[in-house]
Amino acid sequence: MRYITYLVIGTFFGIIMFKSEAASWFRIYEMFQFGSFHMYGIIGSALVLGVIGIQVIKRKNIKPLNGSEMSLQPKNKSVARYLIGGIIFGLGWALAGACPGPMYVLAGAGYISILIVIFGAVVGTFLYGLIKDRLPH
Amino acid sequence: MDLIYEPWPWYVAGPLIALVMFVLLLVGKQFGMSSNLRTACAAVGAGKASEFFKFDWKAERWNLMVVLGAILGGFIASTYLSENTVNINSEIAQQLSDDYNIKSAGQAYLPTEIFAAENLANPLNIAILLIGGILVGFGARYAGGCTSGHAISGLSNLQLPSLIAVIGFFIGGLVMIHLLYPIIF
Repeated sequence: MRYITYLVIGTFFGIIMFKSEAASWFRIYEMFQFGSFHMYGIIGSALVLGVIGIQVIKRKNIKPLNGSEMSLQPKNKSVARYLIGGIIFGLGWALAGACPGPMYVLAGAGYISILIVIFGAVVGTFLYGLIKDRLPH
Repeated sequence: MDLIYEPWPWYVAGPLIALVMFVLLLVGKQFGMSSNLRTACAAVGAGKASEFFKFDWKAERWNLMVVLGAILGGFIASTYLSENTVNINSEIAQQLSDDYNIKSAGQAYLPTEIFAAENLANPLNIAILLIGGILVGFGARYAGGCTSGHAISGLSNLQLPSLIAVIGFFIGGLVMIHLLYPIIF
């Protein structure tokens, strides 16, 4: 039953990504060319509501439905891993025109070529696991 | 019907994405779309190659269900709810056509010049897709998250590391589009 919940959440998310065109290569290209407010509006409005909502959760000490703790742990402090990792991610995001969520959405929409991107993302994740101890974190 | 077929504006999509994040928080999880890649590696036995993949991946099966849902959502939206074309800023579309011979803006959801199955015969396209994917996968794990984990969840929780990561995303994206595209395409 719990798995059905996650399946429904994922389906909802997939429809939003596709219908908002956040899964489109064209929108990513346009965003990095500062050609439209669209992508900034999506991220920005999600963020404004997100910041407000999380403040409410923290101040009212709202718990998840099963009574556990909210998954809002602070992230480890560092600059190198976030900046270097972030730049590498950004290069790939703009080159493939897709980030991880939209990749799956596009696979479902029937774009065979995106399977190459997903395969690459798995390989990239595996490569990171192999050499992570030798990277600055 | 037009309301369904028209692209959803940012002020509809953004709040709905925030809603997805809150629903996940309410069921005790954190919104992020890239950690499933690590789960997938672990599930196929990558723990033999690196400690990074030795963890109880079965406890993370929920994020594979979210992935399955995202695939289903893409199918539903593209089949029943969309005309599968994306109109962008006409100046940007013209520039794509003039500079890179990418002329499918307004006629397709993804540029057919890169993504159409028949254009996979071009090794450059395969290299672009494969290397793009590798950078995304590597960078997301190195940075500890992707667009959803850092730009939405992390920034919503006012995390400085997420701000640094998002600045990195944009440095990388801008370098790729403005400095490397003219060389690649």
